[in-house]
Amino acid sequence: MNALSKDMSGPLALFANRLNTLAGAERQSAAGALARTGLPDRKVEAWHYTTLRALGKQDYAAPPMQVEASTVRSLLDGVLQAHSAMAALPRVVFVNGRHAPAFSALPDDVDLSFFADDPQFGQQAAPDRDPLVALNTALAEDGLVLRVPAGVDAGHVMLISLGVAGADPLSFHPRHTVVVEKEAHLRLICVQAGQGAYFHNPVTDIQVEDGATLEHLTLQTEGAQAVSLGTLYAHVGQQSVYDSFVLGLGGQLVRHEVHARLAATRGVVHVNGAQRLAGQQVGDITSVITHAASDCTSRQTVRNVLDGHARGVFQGKVLVERIAQKTDGYQMNQALLLSPEAEIDAKPELEIYADDVRCSHGATVGALDDDQLFYLRSRGIPEQEARQMLIDAFLDEAIALVEDATAQTFCRAVMAARFAGKGESA
Amino acid sequence: MPAVTQTREAVEKLGQSTYKWGFETDIEMDMAPKGLNEDIIRLISSRKEEPEWMLEWRLAAYKTWQAMEEPKWAKVAFPPIDYQDAHYYAAPRKKPGPKSLDEVDPELLRTYEKLGIPLHEQALLAGVEVPEGERMPVAVDAVFDSVSVATTFRKTLEEAGVIFCPISEAVKEHPDLVRKYLGTVVPAGDNFFSALNSAVFTDGSFVYVPKGVRCPMELSTYFRINAKNTGQFERTLIVVEEGASVSYLEGCTAPMRDENQLHAAVVELVAMDDASIKYSTVQNWYPGDENGRGGIYNFVTKRGACRGARSKISWTQVETGSAITWKYPSCILQGEGSVGEFYSVAVTNNHQQADTGTKMIHLGRNTRSTIIAKTISAGRSDSTYRGLVRVQPKASGARNFTQCDSLLIGDQCGAHTVPYIESRNMNARIEHEATTSKISEDQLFYCRQRGLSEEDAVGLIVNGFCRDVLKELPMEFAVEAQKLLQISLEGSVG
Repeated sequence: MNALSKDMSGPLALFANRLNTLAGAERQSAAGALARTGLPDRKVEAWHYTTLRALGKQDYAAPPMQVEASTVRSLLDGVLQAHSAMAALPRVVFVNGRHAPAFSALPDDVDLSFFADDPQFGQQAAPDRDPLVALNTALAEDGLVLRVPAGVDAGHVMLISLGVAGADPLSFHPRHTVVVEKEAHLRLICVQAGQGAYFHNPVTDIQVEDGATLEHLTLQTEGAQAVSLGTLYAHVGQQSVYDSFVLGLGGQLVRHEVHARLAATRGVVHVNGAQRLAGQQVGDITSVITHAASDCTSRQTVRNVLDGHARGVFQGKVLVERIAQKTDGYQMNQALLLSPEAEIDAKPELEIYADDVRCSHGATVGALDDDQLFYLRSRGIPEQEARQMLIDAFLDEAIALVEDATAQTFCRAVMAARFAGKGESA
Repeated sequence: MPAVTQTREAVEKLGQSTYKWGFETDIEMDMAPKGLNEDIIRLISSRKEEPEWMLEWRLAAYKTWQAMEEPKWAKVAFPPIDYQDAHYYAAPRKKPGPKSLDEVDPELLRTYEKLGIPLHEQALLAGVEVPEGERMPVAVDAVFDSVSVATTFRKTLEEAGVIFCPISEAVKEHPDLVRKYLGTVVPAGDNFFSALNSAVFTDGSFVYVPKGVRCPMELSTYFRINAKNTGQFERTLIVVEEGASVSYLEGCTAPMRDENQLHAAVVELVAMDDASIKYSTVQNWYPGDENGRGGIYNFVTKRGACRGARSKISWTQVETGSAITWKYPSCILQGEGSVGEFYSVAVTNNHQQADTGTKMIHLGRNTRSTIIAKTISAGRSDSTYRGLVRVQPKASGARNFTQCDSLLIGDQCGAHTVPYIESRNMNARIEHEATTSKISEDQLFYCRQRGLSEEDAVGLIVNGFCRDVLKELPMEFAVEAQKLLQISLEGSVG
């Protein structure tokens, strides 16, 4: 495989050493696909607004097997202590992409195994279509493989991914699979956090079988120097529900890309989210919702609050295939710019091939409303506080869409802890 | 007249659904050999008796074009175009001497008749005087293939100080003006098709409205593609000085034929302080037959620069023709408080493909833009709205409102909406909304119950759907546009 290295230019070169020493046909073929396409740049339409410059110029090493326990413990506590209910929930903890049994509290009602023990790449995520999936396929070390048996209500499971790095960058590429079998129910809370210069490149393969429900919260509180580029595929069966929400608070560059496919009739997909970014952060929520069957519903509400030099990206495509008559699709993207240097780039997209549908999208961009500020100020509320109230309210309207009460409270607690008294800026 | 009767009459009048304007005019053509190279460009330039700087400009554009690649991002599919397999210059053979109306080929006059150029304009072309002040006159600069044959109302315009002439003439007679503005809004290297156009454009219109002048009439150009295998590369430049205003109409029809024809026009608008330009288009080029054979490829670059404070540029378009449309009339809102508008109806039927929309680039403070785009897809066609709203850091107080609605007729077509929204200013407000739906059963039932045929009912509903845009058109155009909508959708229901 040494022949590959000369094809690896740009950011891909940062992984060249590891890509050249792969074992197994699937990984080698993924590396081959990568060598042909390279990592995406702005010429690729799906990456028009997000560059991978943040990956830097230093090679990414494979993470060490041992990580100092106290560091992990303090990161984990940071996550769990945000809200009192969290510590009691069953959790699977990954450190630098590998399962860390010492910190996990495994759930009972589900079938649980790990990618490292029996690597299965699944069918949904295709390396030849998406270079980041290819990178993951080539380098995947471990991942959660979780199966909720038919008819079981498995309650909550937390999937906590911690990155621990120093100044030398390292990357990890977890491959998670979640299957919610027929008529089963799962509330999945994924948390990404960490410290140091790491690159987190997870691929998640989700299947919600007929009549099943998956409520899925993803909280992104990656480390300040971290790059996190996650790709998630969800296959939604007949009359099943995939209700997802992503709360993006950071990392240097974070992209959450969701491909949800309504594969059978009367399925429901929610791909909601909120981002609050500041400093030099870049946050990107990208989604493709495919209606591949009739009578399905999709809903998407995404809100961005951008301060400092932060840049928010929203790309949301709703694709309605010819067969997907009676589709009901709705998408709303709103952004609040708090500073003169902040930027939002939005591309809500409808691609529709069936005629008997109701699809709509809306987008708004603006600053805090002066009238609303005045209203609060005239009632004696200091400016700082008034701004904070308005920002909180703006984001809270999105967070209110999280139906699972525990997950919703968790979101609010994390926001409160992070942004209390931070309504400042120009 | 109630809208229902009007709609029904329009349908009856138009009769069958074949392309009404599908005829060919048999006039001897003066044609350059097929292919594109520096010699062809020199030939075009010398035929048009252009000054040296114009030739240099064309050759530079040709060099740029050679290094460029055809854009692939639009949602349209077509077989590769062989740019060497086309004639780049075709002119009706004309008699020497001044282009007086008497000398216009009678065959040509009959063409205008079939084109449906309004009666009073035809009369003018035929040399008959119209009593003064009877109705608002319209000046026509008819482009017959590549050479403008006649320009009417020139005298009235001259008195007002307005220059309205073929651009080839302007290059010779107003070189300073043309040199000052040509390529400043759409640079030659802006995109693949604008570079091609810059190298080989043969004709088009030039309009100059001096300071403080309200152009006394609406200006109109009828474009027409005639000779087989001649790409049309019009170039239009409209400059409106401080406090002046103009309304410009562009209408297009083309003869039916079986071969694809490439059309790559460039339109540049410049508006100074307090100036206003209204640019209206009804585009009805041959869309190809029911099986998608033939039809015009329409790859157009239209852009307006609001250079002055409080200037305004308004694009209104009704697009029913062409096999493939690739067109994004844009506004660069540079002057403080300048205004950009885009009103569009795009109809596709059979195998047509349209990727059209607009770009509003907000550079100046308190600039405003409005986008209303209505897309109707029928048959096996695909229609995409693609629009960009960009607010740059200095555009404080910028405001945009965008509404895109798509209507699907039949289950074999596609309608897509791809807006790009980019804001770098916290004091800008952008609102965008889009919907996609089919004609509601309730509305259809309501009309049918009152005795309208299904086709008439659809026509009525579609006209209502497009009302926001149609009402922006000048009156004569609005009538024509309504008819066009009807014809374009014939055979798509029932």
